[in-house]
Order: sequence, then structure tokens, then C-alpha cells
Amino acid sequence: MRKLLILGGGTAGTMVATKLRRNLKKEDWSITIVDRDTEHIYQPGLLFLPFGGYEPEQITKDRRKYLPAGVDFVMADIDKVEPEANQVLLTDGRVLPYDYLVMASGTTPRPDQTPGMDDPKTWYKSVFDFYTLAGSKALRGALKDFKGGRLVIHITEMPIKCPVAPLEFAFLADAYFEDKGMRDKVEIIYVTPLEGAFTKPVCSKQLGFMLVDRKITLEPDFVIEHIDPDTKTMVSMDEREIPFDLLVTVPLNMGADFVGRSGMGDDLNYVPVDKETFLSKKYKNVFAVGDGSDIPASKAGSVAHFAIDLFSENFVEYVEGRPMKHNFDGHANCFIESGHGKGLLIDFNYTTEPLKGKFPLPWIGPMPLLAESRLNHMGKLAFRWIYWNMLMKGRWIPIPALMSMAGKIKAPITEKVEEHASH
Amino acid sequence: MPVIEIAGKQINVNDEGFLTVYDEWDEEIAKTLATQIEVEMTPAHWEIIKFLREDFKTQGETATSRRVQTVGGVPVKTQFELFPKKPAKKMAYIAGLPKPKGCV
Repeated sequence: MRKLLILGGGTAGTMVATKLRRNLKKEDWSITIVDRDTEHIYQPGLLFLPFGGYEPEQITKDRRKYLPAGVDFVMADIDKVEPEANQVLLTDGRVLPYDYLVMASGTTPRPDQTPGMDDPKTWYKSVFDFYTLAGSKALRGALKDFKGGRLVIHITEMPIKCPVAPLEFAFLADAYFEDKGMRDKVEIIYVTPLEGAFTKPVCSKQLGFMLVDRKITLEPDFVIEHIDPDTKTMVSMDEREIPFDLLVTVPLNMGADFVGRSGMGDDLNYVPVDKETFLSKKYKNVFAVGDGSDIPASKAGSVAHFAIDLFSENFVEYVEGRPMKHNFDGHANCFIESGHGKGLLIDFNYTTEPLKGKFPLPWIGPMPLLAESRLNHMGKLAFRWIYWNMLMKGRWIPIPALMSMAGKIKAPITEKVEEHASH
Repeated sequence: MPVIEIAGKQINVNDEGFLTVYDEWDEEIAKTLATQIEVEMTPAHWEIIKFLREDFKTQGETATSRRVQTVGGVPVKTQFELFPKKPAKKMAYIAGLPKPKGCV
């Protein structure tokens, strides 16, 4: 009997368990999954919760419900992995041996890594994150009570989980305060360490225009040094100061601490792997999938989904001594909420940035790429049902794992540039 | 991709002017690149550039500001003082390396 051990029962770990339980014979393989708690969060929902779009119970479920029969669940904190000894030590003293290890321990916001960010004088009073259930819930109250002033939306350092989420937050905040009839009392500032609104040039321009249209000020190239909780000011490495009344920040994102303790991570605790197969660069029986690996793709559920479609085929080949045939291309597919019931959809990979076109059927759609539409917003809302009922249960979804260029337009937004230049 | 002449040599660069061939770089070229972006090279500057060059050889990618701090030992704050406003980009430019990732 061979032992497969999965660390982390979130989006990626659950999909791996579901797919591999189907692909590996029960009489030959045991599958065990470890997580510290039983709360599986539908993370895209954390964006809507502060604006009253979802209730907490709609986006949290018991993770054990999504594990198929024949997968053992162990609830424990991980002390460390001993890859040379093929075993994992739990903090309660138990030892879990493995033949193959899949690390799916994700990435976590770490406000403690920026001086002053989690100061008790301001943390969850005027400084919030929204990638955690606690932060998202606390922010809901703060937005409701906000009487006006400077709302600053901030990214600490790339890479972050769901890189479009802070922009979506800015768009949704604009719409939220407009609907409340107090947009003129709220100054919205978007502060990023990047050179523009987003990472990829074409998309960055398009989204940059959308910030301008909504009178959201962009403050680029801002690398935070500390937050002064007394004056409520962010200070950058080059001594720029940004005061705020309400700060919605994306703290530094890091992989799990046990990855670092095990000597298996890079300087942010991400596991270095081959970006096409997710095989550890160092250990031949260790893989890392989802947000916790160092692949140069967005840390997002869609990436994990496409990646694991291919990984679950590859893994069976690999353990039988055959070459892995499916190479991941970095495919990501993200809805971007733009407020007032509209959204954009972007589709890209390691080498091709988001372009205009139609999705999922080339030229037909029905969803437009890199353009605002109601349908894209509906798609995003429908996705919560798809996530719980199809994705986590390993059911087929009609989106190919590898990106397609069919129906995409290569020189996308010159007309938009001219249109804006003439304003 | 364009080819330009720096310090009497033909050099391959990308659309943003970053060198694309690791071995085409030398210190003369670095000085010229630094002048173009108004950076005056001191021993502290060279220390970082040499770290980036060596690190790239083993890692196959350009060190981020964070890595220059944790592995190279130069605090991010100092990087900002030496290469004002956009240290990660400027350091990579002078070192003849691609822009660091972290932009995905």
C-alpha cells in the first residue's frame, strides 16, 4: 500500500484529493489530507462580504464534506516536513510517513511583517485586510459606519493572492458610496508597489482608465516602510507619506511557516517547483500545487483548477515510472467586478497577457474578454455555486485547462487609448 | 528586438532597453546604463550589481528587492537611497538582467 499525503485542504488540496482518489486504486493507495481546521472558505466571496453581497455562512463550509470517501482527514497543525525521511511531524507529536507528498498549504496575509500595520490602536479599527473572514467581516461594519474622508486601498508587495481583488475592491467601493449618495465625501486612493494599476501591460492600461473614469487616484511605485498608527499615515521607503481615514490593505503574502521551518521554501516560504509539472526542484517525491508554490502565475483558484486538471493526469504517469505528458501553461481566468452589477473577464497564461475577445467559445462568447458587461458579473455570481457543487466535487467544467488563442484580438486597446487621449 | 551600440559594442536589448543576453554585459556597459538613468555608481552600487549578476547565475532569474535584502544583505531602504524611486527596475537595468518577476 502506497501512501499519498496532502498538506492543506483548501481549494487546491481538496481538488487534488478528489481527482486522485478517482485516479488511484483504493487497494493500492491510501490518501490522507491534513488541515488545521474544518473551515473551507469560498475565498472570492470575501470581496463581496464587506459590501453586504454575501453572508458569512454562504461562503464557509465544513471542508470534510468536500472530501470523497476513501480520503482520511487529519486535523492538526504541522510542525515540519522531513523530506529526507519522507515524513511529516505534527505539533501534537504524531508522525505521518508518506511515499508521495503534495504540498497545498497556500498563502496567507501577514500584517505582522510591516511595522505598525497590525498595531492594536488601528488594526480592525481603521486598518483592515479583506482576504480573511475576520478582516472581511470587520470591514463590513467599518464601511457601513464610514462618514467620509480618505479611503486608501493598498497592496504591500507582489505576489498576492488574487492580484485583481484590490482593484475590484476599489471599483466596488466607488459604486457602494455612490449608491449611498456620499461618493463626493469619499476620496479614494489606490496605492500599489507596481508601476500601474495591474501587472500585465494591456490590462494595466485598460484598468488604469477605469480608475480614472471613477475618479480614483493611482499612487504607483509605493513600497511601504511602515504605518504610523498615531497619525494614521503610510510611509514609503522613499519617504512619501499617505494619510488615511480608512485603510484597506493587502498585507505581505507568505507561504506557510512550516514550509520555512522545513527548509523547503524560498524567501517568502513558497516551494520552488517546475512550473509545468509542479514537481519539487529538490525532492523527487514532493509536489506543490496551488498558491503555495513559486510558479510565476497568479495565485488564484482558477490557476489551481487548471493546474490540477493536468497534475492529476501527470501524477498517475509519474508514480508508474512514465514521463509526465501534460505541461501547464500558467492559464488563469478571472472575473473582475467593476461595480454597479458589471464585470470584466480576463484570460491569460505565462506568456500571453490578457487580450480582448470572446469566452469561452471563440468569436461567439457569450462573455466578452477585457470589457465590462453584466454577463461577466452574472458569471462571477454563478461561480459560487459552480465552486461548491462542481469544482470541489471534481465534476467536469467546459473550460479547457490550457489557454486558447482562438478568437482573441492581438492589438487590443489602441482605440481606447485614443479615446481617452481626446478627453 | 532592437540592437543598440553601447560603449562601442553591439548589444541586444528589449523594448524597454533591458539587456537580453547575459554575457553581453560588462562594467563599461553598466556605467553607461547607469549614466542614462542618472545613477552615479559608487562601491555600494557595485556591490548590489555584482550580487545581482552572481545570484542570476545560480537562480536563473533576477533577485527581487526582498531577496537583495535577505540574501544580499542590503536593506530595501538603502536600495531606495542608491537607486531612487524604482530600485528593483533600476538595479536590474544596470546589471543587464531582466526586470524581476513578482508581477503576475
